[in-house]
Amino acid sequence: MRRRRWPVADPNTTPYVGRAMKRIEDPRLIRGEGTYTDDLRLPGMVHAAILRSPHAHARIRKIDTTAAKAIPGVVAVLTGADVNASCGLVPCAAAIPDLKAPKHTVLAGDRVYFVGHAVAVAVASDPYIARDAIEAIDVDYDPLPVVTNAEDAVKIGSPLTHPDLGSNVAYTHNVSGGGNIDEAFRKADRIVKHRLYHQRLTPMPIEPRGVVASYHTGEGTLTLWTATQIPHLIRTLLPGMIGVPENKMRIVAPEVGGGFGAKLNVYPEEALIAHLAMRLHTPVKWIESRRDNAAATIHGRDQVGEYEVAVKNDGTILGLKSKTIADLGSYLQLLTPAVPTLTGLVLTGCYTIPAVKMEIVGVYTNKMATDAYRGAGRPEATYLIERLMDVVAQELKIDRLDLRLKHFPAPGDFPFPTSCGLVYDSGNYAAALTKAKQLANWDQLLKDRAAARAAGKLSGIGVSTYVEICAMGPSKAMPAGGWEWGCVRMEISAKVTVITGVSPHGQGQETTFAQIVADRVGVPIEDVVILHGDTSVAHYGRDTYGSRGTAVGGTAIVMCIDKMIAKAKTLAAHLFETTSDHVVFENGRFTSPGVTNRVITWPELAGEFYVAKNLPPGLEPGLEASSFFEPQNFTFPFGTHICAVDLDRDTGHVKITKYVAVDDCGPQINPLIVEGQVQGGIAHSIGQVLFEQTIYNEDGQLVTGEFMDYAIPRAHDIPDYILGSTVTPSPINPLGVKGVGEAGTIGATPAIANAVMDALEPLGITHMNLPMTPEKVWQAIKTKT
Amino acid sequence: MPMPFHIHVTVNKADQHHDVEPRLLLVHYLRDVCGLTGTHVGCETSLCGACTVLVDGKAVKSCTMFAVQADGSSVTTIEGLATNGQLHAVQQGFWECHGLQCGFCTPGMIMTSVALLARNAAPSREQIAEGLRGNLCRCTGYSHIIDAVNHAAKAVARG
Repeated sequence: MRRRRWPVADPNTTPYVGRAMKRIEDPRLIRGEGTYTDDLRLPGMVHAAILRSPHAHARIRKIDTTAAKAIPGVVAVLTGADVNASCGLVPCAAAIPDLKAPKHTVLAGDRVYFVGHAVAVAVASDPYIARDAIEAIDVDYDPLPVVTNAEDAVKIGSPLTHPDLGSNVAYTHNVSGGGNIDEAFRKADRIVKHRLYHQRLTPMPIEPRGVVASYHTGEGTLTLWTATQIPHLIRTLLPGMIGVPENKMRIVAPEVGGGFGAKLNVYPEEALIAHLAMRLHTPVKWIESRRDNAAATIHGRDQVGEYEVAVKNDGTILGLKSKTIADLGSYLQLLTPAVPTLTGLVLTGCYTIPAVKMEIVGVYTNKMATDAYRGAGRPEATYLIERLMDVVAQELKIDRLDLRLKHFPAPGDFPFPTSCGLVYDSGNYAAALTKAKQLANWDQLLKDRAAARAAGKLSGIGVSTYVEICAMGPSKAMPAGGWEWGCVRMEISAKVTVITGVSPHGQGQETTFAQIVADRVGVPIEDVVILHGDTSVAHYGRDTYGSRGTAVGGTAIVMCIDKMIAKAKTLAAHLFETTSDHVVFENGRFTSPGVTNRVITWPELAGEFYVAKNLPPGLEPGLEASSFFEPQNFTFPFGTHICAVDLDRDTGHVKITKYVAVDDCGPQINPLIVEGQVQGGIAHSIGQVLFEQTIYNEDGQLVTGEFMDYAIPRAHDIPDYILGSTVTPSPINPLGVKGVGEAGTIGATPAIANAVMDALEPLGITHMNLPMTPEKVWQAIKTKT
Repeated sequence: MPMPFHIHVTVNKADQHHDVEPRLLLVHYLRDVCGLTGTHVGCETSLCGACTVLVDGKAVKSCTMFAVQADGSSVTTIEGLATNGQLHAVQQGFWECHGLQCGFCTPGMIMTSVALLARNAAPSREQIAEGLRGNLCRCTGYSHIIDAVNHAAKAVARG
């Protein structure tokens, strides 16, 4: 079955909101005319290449750069001893009590702590020569003991990732909430125990990272173009590293080729390349190779946990205990230690679970840092609670949907306070489940599975009902402010310029924001331009991550529009010779029924504002407004995913035969873009469940350093989707929107994993670690048949 | 440094004559010498397909071909696909069907799709997916890309 195709909108009618419109950003991208970081060419620009450690842990005895410096065309070859004093420390913004943190310099000091650790940089007139130069650097390493497994790292006698910290434990974080957990476990008829492993993943945006820096010596101003999701956070944090004041620093995120959290960071290279441009008095470019991207751009997940559920025989869940070990890698990047704590926030999923206790231990190992990868903490939580629901249902021999329904809060229970300390904004979980069952033709699906099993086939159905945290977020819950800023200006020509502090990189906000603005201002969408990603244009912002763009950034824009219209009404009232409360604004027209038949439109009003010869006393010329929006809570999108699979007994191959997703992200500004976000998110889950895994061997060598070894999904891995939605507006923002960037990745992983486990259930197989590769599935089948 | 090698390549119907280093990759020749930055580098190992261009009508990953190997050839890049400003059917299909998000893999996806449709004007969805095996996209999850190629095939068939 193919899903419906929405009709393309007629651009001459409003409203635009709610329409599946083609994207405004696409023409430049499909013509090859987008400007990504690597496409920048500045006069006099030189090229940097970075030498990285081949060892997971070693002492650096000596670095000899003589041969590298002698290569014609080489401008500079520098090591940590040359640059670290000028580049400060790579920042971590997460505040965790009693956190032990290593000093993170931009180039290694006297030790390297992971394969890919930056050791030296060469700068040359040509990128090929820069690479020749790093190959000519001679580093004398003394290899040291390595630890790559977090569970081993907490054992007594383990090698230490950072011997100076005295322990591999970075922090221990305890979450407990709701009722008395000990009592819950005492009252239980049964304790269901399960161990779950959330493997390490590599985000792998198709565009690697890259930085171009240019320093104007006379002005003392630095311009840094970087493939990032967070130009504003970089502008906040980089001044402390390199000593250029914030107001002399311009950060530009040009066209950015995918992020998924991998570009939600302040990386050593951003400070290093800026420093080189200042030091060498010429623009410097650095473009990451894929191998470096796999080794030295953040990874995600890597949690292992033991979970216990206290249940009554009728299926009532009384409490949940968990102990999670989170592998942080060797260093703290921007949010590294905070990500596992997000898991603790949505541990109870969309269920009423009266008592919760969670311990999270963050552990250092000789690997690249983990940090926020699509979903960041919520996929881990959702996978564990949704696997546990299936395990509980199976052990108690009760229907897994009934078990879920029994623990859903009712629509009237919202705002719904959870045992983990959150207050879910709005929801109707049963409605999403019902709709998904309907779209999946659930009863038929069960019959098909029974028939397949009767014929000796391994066939399974998986369900996941999820809730997640979006629209990040209230400032009190965020490390560096969670508000968003926007500015809306009507130009003298009545064109509308919108500046947003979010920094989209594929999410299509040039289109969705233009839809919102065109409707609310009452202008053709072609007259709206959305500017973003340049701190000299968008002075303030908190950027794009955590599915916050439309819910938080869009709301700031709505607030600007309201202010702008209020100001316009003042002038219209003056022209109508009445007061503002007698002015009506609708569809771009100002009228005053009962006062005058005159109609004033934007072109006339905009002209008056800038020519400024007929403004009422006290009214400032110009027509623009800016706003900061501070959300009072997160939003909590939810949904139900249903997946059916067939397993090939001979090869272990998992074939997804049906995939249904019903997601509720509130009202959809552009259903086509929502669909794209959901499909893209599900693809990440298909990768995670069926084949993706970042692997380091015992020596700390990165085995999955290329697309050859790290398998992201390809076109033929993707099933046909049946997608649906329910619409439950959020009360947290005037648009009612919840966010959808991560929903697919959060909802899909457990649905697919539960389907594979359901297919294996008749064989008595009750557990398999992710990823469920053909080899692993085949081995499991083989041991049981 | 080795002696430069003189090459003549027709790029997007324009004659290009340059002296290039023998080790210069075709993708860097197109981007840095010809100034055509629409062709992207995603992996440098011919695995991701972002750098796909047409060489004498065949889809080629330009990160694994030397510029000197293209001597005497005709190369089409994403910038050369539209005719008189009019989008190619495949470009139009990607736009109509939301076949791109960040846009980085898109030029390669489009060039591979053009070659695919030249081989098979009416591919099934499975054949499209199979034909795009060598091109990675991390944003879209491919469904909309398959829709886009399908849309283009149908548009061409309608004429």
